[in-house]
Amino acid sequence: MSATTTKSPSLGEAFWRGCRHGAPFVLVVGPFAILFGVLATEAGLNVLETLAFSVVVVAGAAQFTALQLMTEEAPTLIVLASALAVNLRMAMYSASLTPYLGAAPLWQRALIAYIILDQSYACASVEFEKKQDMTVPERIAYFAGTSAPVVPSWYFCTYLGAGIGTRVPDSWALDFALPITFLALMAPMLRTRAHLIAAIVSVVVSLLAAGLPYSMGLLIAGVLAMMAGARAELYFDEKARRT
Amino acid sequence: MIDKSHLWVVIIGLGIGSYLLRFAFIGLVGGRQMPDWLLRHLRYTAVAVLPALVAPLVAWPAATDGALDPARLTAALVTLGVGLVTRNVFGSIFAGAATLYALLYLLG
Repeated sequence: MSATTTKSPSLGEAFWRGCRHGAPFVLVVGPFAILFGVLATEAGLNVLETLAFSVVVVAGAAQFTALQLMTEEAPTLIVLASALAVNLRMAMYSASLTPYLGAAPLWQRALIAYIILDQSYACASVEFEKKQDMTVPERIAYFAGTSAPVVPSWYFCTYLGAGIGTRVPDSWALDFALPITFLALMAPMLRTRAHLIAAIVSVVVSLLAAGLPYSMGLLIAGVLAMMAGARAELYFDEKARRT
Repeated sequence: MIDKSHLWVVIIGLGIGSYLLRFAFIGLVGGRQMPDWLLRHLRYTAVAVLPALVAPLVAWPAATDGALDPARLTAALVTLGVGLVTRNVFGSIFAGAATLYALLYLLG
């Protein structure tokens, strides 16, 4: 095959381009992972348990959700369902990557699935749209590249945070680092009226449902808000079509 | 404190579940088209779930035993406001943290 002679350099190039695009996200992921390490240790997890969380799950928001609900002593099923609800967006990423990467061999797709993250998706969705002529192997190499700096920092900074752990004094008010971080991550996502409506429904229902047993409020609020967002999108689309 | 007996069930269950969510489409569906209604709902997962997690933590902070805390409430609103205006994650975290520390210091 003549393609093999040109294949390796272009793959290497795609991989490094991915690395360069993914590298800045280390600045976001690092502190977030340290925070997870610290809060997990403060909740009573040891270093091994904390690190296992980050290696097995690799999804910050879901890990924080699970941690929060476990400290509230929610039943295991509710913890799992709520944290997985937070991670439903990964299914959306998976769906939108499928047209670009679906033709790759199964083993590659199986590995790629593990590194579908907010950061790798953010890079790839822009890159694949911009460079339509990339081959499937190049896209795989690029995608692997975007997570190459991010995933190891996620592990390492979790470990670092677990080491710092309970030595953080109460006066730092770290209890509020999680709400602030999530609010900051969320605000830029409120791009459309439908997104805003989903968020408002989410807040109102979660406050009204806070008294429900087993911390079920989060799940109920999440599902209702998702439906509200989808309904609102249909409504606004319909309205735009009529005018 | 967390009940350790279920911790590993959560870690492993969440790991498998998260992996399956990621694998679902790229691994199993392949090139087939997804139904619109499903994608439409998935688009709103993050903005539907994260506010529901945060709102009770802001309204009833554990650090004040669930009493509404002016410093924490203001810090949350500043974070959200700066995030909405600037769309900058770092900027809004910094603004929120600065507000929180300033108010905790001033209000004692």
